[in-house]
Amino acid sequence: MNRAVNRSEEEVARFDNVGLRYGTDREVLSDLSFTLFPGRFYFLTGASGAGKTSLLKLLYLAQRPSRGAIRMFGRDVITQPRAQLPSFRRRLGVVFQDFRLIDHLSAYDNIALPLRVSGVREDDLTQPVLDMLDWVGLGHRADARPATLSGGEQQRVAIARAVIGRPDLLVADEPTGNVDPEMALKLIRLFEALNRLGTTVVVATHDVQLLKKVPDSLIMRLDKGHLSDPTGALRFPPRRELSG
Amino acid sequence: MPWVIAIMVALTVLAAGGALAMANLAAQARSDLAGGVTVQIVEADPALRDAQTRRALAALEDMEIVQGMRRVPDAELQALIEPWLGGGVRSEAVPLPALIDVDLNGAADAGTLDDLRAALGPIAPDARVDAQAQWLGPVFDAISALRWLALGLIVLLAFTSAAAVWLAARNALNANRGTIEVVHLLGGTDGQIARIFQRSAIIDAAIGGAVGLVLGAIALKVLGAQFAALESGMVAGGGLDPVDWLLLALVPVAGAAIALLTARMTVLASLGKMP
Ligand SMILES: Nc1ncnc2c1ncn2[C@@H]1O[C@H](COP(=O)(O)OP(=O)(O)OP(=O)(O)O)[C@@H](O)[C@H]1O
Ligand SMILES: [Mg+2]
Repeated sequence: MNRAVNRSEEEVARFDNVGLRYGTDREVLSDLSFTLFPGRFYFLTGASGAGKTSLLKLLYLAQRPSRGAIRMFGRDVITQPRAQLPSFRRRLGVVFQDFRLIDHLSAYDNIALPLRVSGVREDDLTQPVLDMLDWVGLGHRADARPATLSGGEQQRVAIARAVIGRPDLLVADEPTGNVDPEMALKLIRLFEALNRLGTTVVVATHDVQLLKKVPDSLIMRLDKGHLSDPTGALRFPPRRELSG
Repeated sequence: MPWVIAIMVALTVLAAGGALAMANLAAQARSDLAGGVTVQIVEADPALRDAQTRRALAALEDMEIVQGMRRVPDAELQALIEPWLGGGVRSEAVPLPALIDVDLNGAADAGTLDDLRAALGPIAPDARVDAQAQWLGPVFDAISALRWLALGLIVLLAFTSAAAVWLAARNALNANRGTIEVVHLLGGTDGQIARIFQRSAIIDAAIGGAVGLVLGAIALKVLGAQFAALESGMVAGGGLDPVDWLLLALVPVAGAAIALLTARMTVLASLGKMP
């Protein structure tokens, strides 16, 4: 098998010399070059304002870079026609820092949304959505509007919505920012479970304690828009036992 | 939004109904008068007048283009002028012209009128030949101007409707920006998102259009009844036939189409700014 092709198919995301500036300000992200490999668990850390959210926005295709190349799932997304981007987004799951649940939809309908967008038939999505509600411990709140849910409950709905479509890449922006340490750990365990099912996970956080909770995780550190790679794992496939 | 559309559709139906009624009126009057010519013999001396009239009648009789003719009896003329001059006016006191209504089997155009004048000139020097339609020239001009006015109104109303829908779509868009962004980021296509807004625009337009059509039709019926009550032969020609009503029923359909297109373009333009 052609090794180069094989490599690019195995890459979930690849950034080459990516820079981002908002308007005419100076760059908030500079010279980003890294590769995300499938099935890994990444933490993205950095001080407030370092550019974590900006990097994740590039990753979940909410923002175009000012320069550089970005490949997702082996394909260049910069030159991709706009009409093609939805098919990329449907392979992603995103937990937004502020949840971004839809106010006038129930928990059930919020979680069902990605499946409906993808054109899954109602008959086929009912059971998966109910299962997902149970999985995040909200089976009894299926009909509740987001406004009537607690912060932690909203967060779990947001996570359920992000993972319902079995995404190839899960992107979570400070998913534990507003919850107590116990809940934070529970949510991280949720991500680990998903990761074991094959989803690549990227979690942005400035909670250093969290990093230690996932032993096999890889760490990306942003410092004023520049990426450092303390585990040396971003450029090349990390050496890690693939057993278990 | 449905109320704005209802008002727009009602006004458009009124304007279009008026334009159609006037078109019918003009067409009817024109066809009634197209081949009509009036010959007046303006001569004060009754004997001379009579002689000229008789000769004119005989000459007209022989012309191929003349289909039929009728001397308007003096009694009828008296009746016509009575409202202005009062009853009991004797023809000796106020000399009335003799009138001949002529029906041509072609149009009463300038060339035909000249032919008639040439034929009548030698035998009835006091004959005046006029196309009946010419009398109504200013009326036709007025009707034509009103129709252009109605057309202009319809165009303006269409623009206003589009603007109203555009504003409504933009408001809806702003109110739902969060939802749109989320659906966009979950991989929703522009078409999927636009369809949501099109659906609500279509529903609004359907409700508003139906109400507006009913209101406009009622107003037209009432106006039509009022004009019919005038019992003027001319206004009676200005009714609406079934085809006209069918055309008016298309107004809300056109309104819905405008609403749909405007909503779609507004949403797509706004989505186009998202990466
Ligand atoms: N939409 C925007 N327009 C202009 N500047 C922006 C925008 N979003 C972010 N920035 C700037 O970019 C820089 C990086 O912001 P970003 O949100 O990526 O940081 P962050 O690492 O996520 O911070 P935090 O930990 O507080 O969430 C900041 O200086 C911020 O002011
Ligand atoms: Mg952030």
